[in-house]
Amino acid sequence: MTAFWILAPVMVLAALGILFVRKAVHAALLLAVVMISLAILYAALEAPFLFAVQIIVYTGAILMLFLFVLMLVGVDASDSVVETIKGQRWLAFLGGALLATLLIVGIAQISLGAVVGLEDANSDGNVQGLANIIFSHYVFAFEVTSALLITAAVGAMVLAHRERLTPKVTQGDLAKQRMRDYAESGKHVGPLPPPGVFARHNAVDTPALLPDGTAAESSVSRVLAARGTVRSAPAEAHHVDEIEAQLHGDLPAADVPADDRPADDREGDEA
Amino acid sequence: MNIEAYIALSAILFSIGTIGVLTRRNAIVVFMCVELMLNACNLALVAFAKQHGNLDGQVTAFFVMVVAAAEVVVGLAIIMTIFRTRRSASVDDASLLKY
Repeated sequence: MTAFWILAPVMVLAALGILFVRKAVHAALLLAVVMISLAILYAALEAPFLFAVQIIVYTGAILMLFLFVLMLVGVDASDSVVETIKGQRWLAFLGGALLATLLIVGIAQISLGAVVGLEDANSDGNVQGLANIIFSHYVFAFEVTSALLITAAVGAMVLAHRERLTPKVTQGDLAKQRMRDYAESGKHVGPLPPPGVFARHNAVDTPALLPDGTAAESSVSRVLAARGTVRSAPAEAHHVDEIEAQLHGDLPAADVPADDRPADDREGDEA
Repeated sequence: MNIEAYIALSAILFSIGTIGVLTRRNAIVVFMCVELMLNACNLALVAFAKQHGNLDGQVTAFFVMVVAAAEVVVGLAIIMTIFRTRRSASVDDASLLKY
């Protein structure tokens, strides 16, 4: 009973948290807390097989599935706070509180008598006892379960399947296309240039410099360019010089490496 | 050792799950609340199995888990399909299944 009194408040708080957290990921983590606590309660209720199944199936498989779908849908897919039906939220809370009160008052009214306990039923081991029942009384339900599971698997595949509308582009097609581009428009056949690697600043968001000192647009990712976070090497060199000057007083150019200086000078020339 | 406390906890969790289904908008969170309700029922079943000293309750809880696993697979696939067409996981946006 100690496990129950420790875990029950934790579970109720975690379950209430699911109602109030904004982000779906937090709700999934709180649900994991509830499910693992439930597994421990199953162990306390002499159900070791269900303890293992709860951990493996619920926290292992189902919650991982939830988290995968959350990642596909977008982790920050949060709830809207606008009520579509006026007063629906308060009515829902009122109804839920009424339901809880009704159930608890009902439970308080009855007396279940002495607990029989599962010592007799579990005398050959819990798993053996469950197997005896599943494969005798419930064997038909168990077989129907297999039909349900295969239907669910096929259904999920059908729902997740997307028809291919264009033929798949193979590596050979891509190579041919590249050569055709070269023949028609003179587009470079080789790989794209890598982003800038400089002595002081080495980052994928700094484009490489072409021999004439201009930045090579194709050397940085399109995503970074669209986001507008691409730096320029000459500006970066300036910035480094300023910091150097602040650090070493008024001795800026003395220990600037050779790699930075040409970029800096060139920018001066262009301006 | 009294079973009533377990049943009361199960009732509370079930009610919280009901409130969640009624108030939350994100379809995935609504689904999580349904899972919470199923788990609350499982707790009651396992507790009653101990009360009555036979394993039928545990077998039923086991079947509930199997059915819940199948239900989650199909439900999440439906949510994904709706998200793909409507770019939203909110239950309000899925009021017209045709489009």
